[in-house]
Amino acid sequence: MSTQVPLVEMRNIHKRFGGVHAVQGVSIDLMPGEVVGVLGHNGAGKTVLMKSLSGAIPCDEGDILINGQKVDIKRPRDSRHHGIETIYQTLALSDNLDAPANLFLGREIMTGYGTLDDGAMENEARKVIQRLNPNFTNIKDPVRNMSGGQRQSVAIARAIYFNAKILIMDEPTAALGPHETAMVAELIKQLKSEGIGIFLISHDLHDVFDLADRVSVIKNGKLVGTQQTSQVTKDEVLGMIILGKNPGESKAA
Amino acid sequence: MTPQTEEAPKTSLFHRLSAELEIDTRMLAMIGALIIIWVVLTVLTNGIFFTARNLYNLAVQTSVVGIMATGMVLVIVARHIDLSVGSLMGFTGMVIAYLQVHVFTLGAAWNWPLTVLCGLALGAVVGLWQGWWVAYRGVPAFVVTLGGLLIFRGGAYLVTDGRTVAPMDKTYQLLGGGINGSIGATWSWVFGLACILLMILGTFRSRARRKKYGFKPKARWAELVMLLIGVGLVCGFVMVMNSYYKPRTEIPRGIPIPVLILIGVVVIMTLLTKVTKFGRYVFAIGGNPEAAELSGINVPRVTMFIFMVMGILCGVAAVITTARLNAGANSMGTMAELNVIAAAVIGGTSLAGGVGTITGAILGAVIMQSLESGMVLMGVTSAMRQVVIGLVLVLAVWFDVMYNKNKR
Repeated sequence: MSTQVPLVEMRNIHKRFGGVHAVQGVSIDLMPGEVVGVLGHNGAGKTVLMKSLSGAIPCDEGDILINGQKVDIKRPRDSRHHGIETIYQTLALSDNLDAPANLFLGREIMTGYGTLDDGAMENEARKVIQRLNPNFTNIKDPVRNMSGGQRQSVAIARAIYFNAKILIMDEPTAALGPHETAMVAELIKQLKSEGIGIFLISHDLHDVFDLADRVSVIKNGKLVGTQQTSQVTKDEVLGMIILGKNPGESKAA
Repeated sequence: MTPQTEEAPKTSLFHRLSAELEIDTRMLAMIGALIIIWVVLTVLTNGIFFTARNLYNLAVQTSVVGIMATGMVLVIVARHIDLSVGSLMGFTGMVIAYLQVHVFTLGAAWNWPLTVLCGLALGAVVGLWQGWWVAYRGVPAFVVTLGGLLIFRGGAYLVTDGRTVAPMDKTYQLLGGGINGSIGATWSWVFGLACILLMILGTFRSRARRKKYGFKPKARWAELVMLLIGVGLVCGFVMVMNSYYKPRTEIPRGIPIPVLILIGVVVIMTLLTKVTKFGRYVFAIGGNPEAAELSGINVPRVTMFIFMVMGILCGVAAVITTARLNAGANSMGTMAELNVIAAAVIGGTSLAGGVGTITGAILGAVIMQSLESGMVLMGVTSAMRQVVIGLVLVLAVWFDVMYNKNKR
């Protein structure tokens, strides 16, 4: 693995909000086809760190490298341009629009006349959503009228439809039942096998431990450490999250 | 919500009807309200309300408010407000009149088209300016346009130091729908038939499109009903407009030009909201501004352009108003902002953002104008009319709130 160029490398990222130093010099990386769990308490700074990669909250200092190339991510549009897709915890859906409109928001399919091709978008949306959630047929309803699982399906469909290379999932199973959670786990494995790199953000260790190849733990805005999940126990990771104690400093990134 | 494929068994006839015809229940309710208002007013005015003459005037009066209300729909859908539309209309109207009478050669053929262009351009620039403050400087639209209300009302006065500018160009006056400002019986029918043809074509095209992707087609009877209603409306409208004669003659007036302008605006604005990215983004921003931003939409730019569209429409309204008055007066459009906002809101545009239709706003404008005109015919004092219109506005928003609550 060490000879390979990382898909994403974030070096020495800083973010301040007024007097609050939310992210303090965190460095993490992601390989193709790898799932990295980003763990930490609520308010630890993991979401802010990931938002600096997705462009929602640009970082103050630090470098972001995609495939070894330094990139400048100032806006969500920039990150999409680099093949980064994000599933936000809030899902970021426009409640008044239907599923196809949300799925293609900002990247609409147009007809030859330069108008929106709603038929084509609905057709494509049906295909991708059916794959995720076969019972989901009322995609033309406003998203407001949908269940939590359906909304989540729309958000996930939007992230995977455009052939993302890098996926950021912020608490992707927070609103889901056990059955749907299993489906998301299945999906993550499938995307991983396609060579997509995934950052999986969670405050709950159990959600990510079995899926992730590595876990990076953040506490109070600082990186506690990064560990291979095969080399540590859940208890050790829990220790990192709660106490900020890193077992085996040698293995840290 | 029930999936589209299986019909819920115990919905009321009203809901089933609206589902099959694919009209919003709210829209259906609004049409019902309009019919009731018309019947009541006709009875209360001993039939005067429902005469060709009154309906003709009603149509012309609705155009100005209706045109601006279509723009207000976009503004309100995007969670903003524009209080300056009345003043902006007065200001652009004054500039148009001043240019036409005092600057450009009066009587020249190029005069009036050029002044119209200048008016629309001025509206666009002012709209952009206000939109820039809202979008890039973060000043709430309420404040920016409240300032605009004062600025442009004052501006309208300053153009000529309060003097009224008259008369306007002869051809230009036609745009206001005066004695000669309509297209006559024959052309009205040509226009009506063209509309009917377009409706039939549209029905077939929508059917073909649904077939192409294998979606559930609309029921045949529903399509037929919609077509028949459309044909009936168009024919009825043309017949009414044709049965109002020019003074002391038997020459039918036909469709007034301002109404044609309104129809043109409605078509363009409906297309803008339904088939362009811009329209889609306006609704996305209204539904969830953060989500729109995260989806890569340039929210400030879209916001600025919304106000530009509103400004252009104020220019269009100014053209019709000055042409109709045959003058530019600095009091034009005073309080019009309230009528425009009321029309949009009565027409189902939600002040919470994200919801609203162009046709709804036109219906809202017709309802407002019908009440106003009916009460004038009944001899209700202007003070009392204000009371009634105000109450209607509150009731309409209350209805909107209840409607949204029941939908959950």
